[in-house]
Amino acid sequence: MATYYHRAVKDIKDNGFLSAVTIITIALSILIVSAFALFFTNANNVMNYWEKGIKIMAYLKPGISQKNFPDIKLKIQGIYGIQNVNFISKEEAFERLKEQMKRQSSILMDLNENPLPDAFEISMIASSQSCEKVEEIATKIESLPSIEDVEYGQKWLERFTNIFDLFRLAGYAMGGILFMAAVFIVANTIRLVIYTRREEIKIMRLVGASEKFIRVPFYIESIIQGTLGGIIGIAALFIIFKLISSNVEHGFKYELLNIKFLSPEFYCGIILCSMFVGWLGCYISLKQFLKA
Amino acid sequence: MIDAKDKSSIIQMFHVHKHYGSKKALIDINLNVSKNEFLFISGPSGAGKSTLLRLLYLGEPVSEGQVLVDGMNLSRISKKRIPLLRRKFGIIFQDYKLISTKTVFDNVALVLEASGKKRKFIEKKVRSVLRTVGIEQRINVLPHSLSGGEQQRVAVARAVVGVPKIILADEPTGSLDSDSADIILNLLKGFHTHGGTVIVATHDKELIRKAGRRTLYLKQGRMLGPTPI
Ligand SMILES: Nc1ncnc2c1ncn2[C@@H]1O[C@H](COP(=O)(O)OP(=O)(O)O)[C@@H](O)[C@H]1O
Ligand SMILES: [Mg+2]
Repeated sequence: MATYYHRAVKDIKDNGFLSAVTIITIALSILIVSAFALFFTNANNVMNYWEKGIKIMAYLKPGISQKNFPDIKLKIQGIYGIQNVNFISKEEAFERLKEQMKRQSSILMDLNENPLPDAFEISMIASSQSCEKVEEIATKIESLPSIEDVEYGQKWLERFTNIFDLFRLAGYAMGGILFMAAVFIVANTIRLVIYTRREEIKIMRLVGASEKFIRVPFYIESIIQGTLGGIIGIAALFIIFKLISSNVEHGFKYELLNIKFLSPEFYCGIILCSMFVGWLGCYISLKQFLKA
Repeated sequence: MIDAKDKSSIIQMFHVHKHYGSKKALIDINLNVSKNEFLFISGPSGAGKSTLLRLLYLGEPVSEGQVLVDGMNLSRISKKRIPLLRRKFGIIFQDYKLISTKTVFDNVALVLEASGKKRKFIEKKVRSVLRTVGIEQRINVLPHSLSGGEQQRVAVARAVVGVPKIILADEPTGSLDSDSADIILNLLKGFHTHGGTVIVATHDKELIRKAGRRTLYLKQGRMLGPTPI
């Protein structure tokens, strides 16, 4: 094993420029992919935070008598995924509105009748706070006969989710392309090394070297390149992240912008992936160019 | 039918043919080499000497016929076991085939590394073999800075370092002056004295005369036997 390792390291040194280019290419791919991942995990956190605040407002049809309210409330509470149902009478709503519109409350004073409906303010349990779940629940509530309308700020959240999904898709596509590019680069490096060593490999075979003896150093070499590329890519992302986040935090401290770096599991996973890129590139190259 | 009936033989060829396309390099060769024999295969250039040696270590497959080497039937051997077959041989190639990017030491050490020997053992063994062939002072140089005779001695060192059963030498004195040729012959004799089998392919009449061993002659791919008619 030690001799395999020494031969692999010697190969990397002998082909210094080629190895450097390979490692940098892998590092760049990893940097781009993990930057995407970083963006998405943080955006996801923000989205979750917003979703947590989602409430459904269910407005009652006018003219429903007060004695029916507890019954309606019970019906709503019976829907799966609902945590809390809070009755807001039209008077209460009117007060709230006045509160919010202090300066312009004179406009409201001009109204001789309260135009607001009675409503229920409904919050969801944690597992039902995603966009789709909320929509599902809202539809159920809306179908109740005494409910006129529901509102849950779905429009912007939905639009945002759609854009977000589009970005995510682009991220996956880009990740896929960069993955293939990195594999290709490794494969090409190994191909060139095989080419420069073809005489040596031939002689090794003639003196009785096994295929394993010949191949293992190539694998070690490309896995080392993959690992180094992965570590450098993540390190570069970390530095960039630190620079940007310290600037942002100086600017404005916001609960929403509490951005975090990738979790250790996540970036270790990315480095593992990068090692796999090395292995795969080598495997493809050996399969193609090192026929016994 | 082709069992090694003769316990004392290490190489047997039965009706072996080899063609390259339509060119017939070897025709109906039968050969029996005993353990610890020192055999010369001679004949004019183009007779098929090198081809015959190549068939023995599966440098190329036979076109027809059977070859047995130390109990291995070469037509039945799996790809995986070819390295095992090759480790039975120490091969001295006509063009030396030293690795130009590796030092003398590393060239010789390669054989032992490939068979999984320990670093310490390799260090000692390689030095001792290089001392035997008389180039221990050039241990860390690259092959191209050596003379032809010195390169040939490194090739011999590489051939014997793994203690193979058989040495194959293709024109081992081909381009050497007679002093260098004598050194090589003596090294081969030394290996033979220690129980090894040696097969030398050469058209060097002087070498054959000096060695005084069994010689078989080839001509245009046919085995003529012990006399070069
Ligand atoms: N790889 C090859 N392809 C085609 N013809 C070959 C090849 N190797 C050898 N030959 C031919 O086979 C014949 C025997 O060659 P070789 O074994 O090298 O002879 P020798 O070693 O006795 O000089 C020659 O005619 C040579 O041209
Ligand atoms: Mg020849």
